[in-house]
Amino acid sequence: MKLQEVKKILNAEVIVGEEKLDMEVKTAFGADLMSDVLAFAKAGSLLLTGLTNSQVIRTAHVMDIAAIILVRGKKPPAETINMAKEFKIPVLATKYILFETAGRLYTKGIVGCLEQVEDHSAHG
Amino acid sequence: MNVETIIKELNLKVRSASDKLNNNVTGGYTGDLLSDVIANSHEGDIWITRQVHQNIVAVASLKEHAGIILTNSCEPTGETLEKANQEKIPVMISDLPAFELTGKIYNLLVK
Amino acid sequence: MVVWNKLKITVHTAETENYLYKNSFDVEGGNFNNAGAISTQVKSILKNIGLPNNVIRKAAIACYESEINIVSYARQGVINLIVTPKTVEFDIADEGPGIPDIELAMEQGYSTADRQIREMGFGAGMGLYNIKCSSDIFNLTSEVDKGTFLKIIINIP
Repeated sequence: MKLQEVKKILNAEVIVGEEKLDMEVKTAFGADLMSDVLAFAKAGSLLLTGLTNSQVIRTAHVMDIAAIILVRGKKPPAETINMAKEFKIPVLATKYILFETAGRLYTKGIVGCLEQVEDHSAHG
Repeated sequence: MNVETIIKELNLKVRSASDKLNNNVTGGYTGDLLSDVIANSHEGDIWITRQVHQNIVAVASLKEHAGIILTNSCEPTGETLEKANQEKIPVMISDLPAFELTGKIYNLLVK
Repeated sequence: MVVWNKLKITVHTAETENYLYKNSFDVEGGNFNNAGAISTQVKSILKNIGLPNNVIRKAAIACYESEINIVSYARQGVINLIVTPKTVEFDIADEGPGIPDIELAMEQGYSTADRQIREMGFGAGMGLYNIKCSSDIFNLTSEVDKGTFLKIIINIP
């Protein structure tokens, strides 16, 4: 699915990355805890989150997240927008809560992702 | 739809208040920031989170949620279970990540 | 960095003599605006060296969580990075409260984070666990009221 369609499904506003709406996305990860994103999210996924601070962009950059969807109508502060521009990560904002956002995208065929970094302690 | 239907449809494990599975589910809320959940969730919501701390029970009880589902196979702490049984809040576990679990429950609820 | 100065000295093995890259980054405790800036820099350094994506990903996760820990809990700290043909190594030292019970701190979900840290999406008790899972060698030592030292090695396959 193209980011353009994600925008349509979520009635989202494009905060950063209008020029990248033809990007293809297949998977999504929803979280409010950045440590969870670091532990589990797959590169190339959409990140759906209720946080708007600049750590969201840093985390997305570290994990090669394709694009960020800010839920519940939250507007990001200027430093978040500037960092997203710097790292060229698209940021969309939707009025829907995370439950509705994930529900709508899942219904339209976006799938979840879980790619845990290896736990070495588990196999001694 | 009640909590028990969701448990059966999605193979959830029940960890507390197994006598409260007839609670009616009228909506859903996914989130890990307790202040957001307090501000924005509704009575009758099934709450999807990966927080395992006992504070989740206080929030669910305050907001009269139908139950809490923990994602990614996260297990609740002992204190959480103790509180959940006291407050009669069903705590369940799914091995799915939040996105996928939310998607499946969303589809059950809109049916 | 008076107290933990000795820990800034990296133990040179035969391997680390042949390093491809070596640098040291200072981290300021309590400065949340810049938290993660060093990890971003480290990630692009590793990319430029041309390391495999999986190694870059693990190193970036370990470095980022460590950096967040210093900013969240310590007064100041330093992240030393050494890249050899076979490993990415971090020696991370901070001057701060230290960790009284390392075993407890390693448990998933255990955290002493305050509201500010939690509102940024950290402090859920996953950080040290994430670092450990991302590294091939993970060695954490700490002294209460002095600081914490962390050695991380990620092998390059």
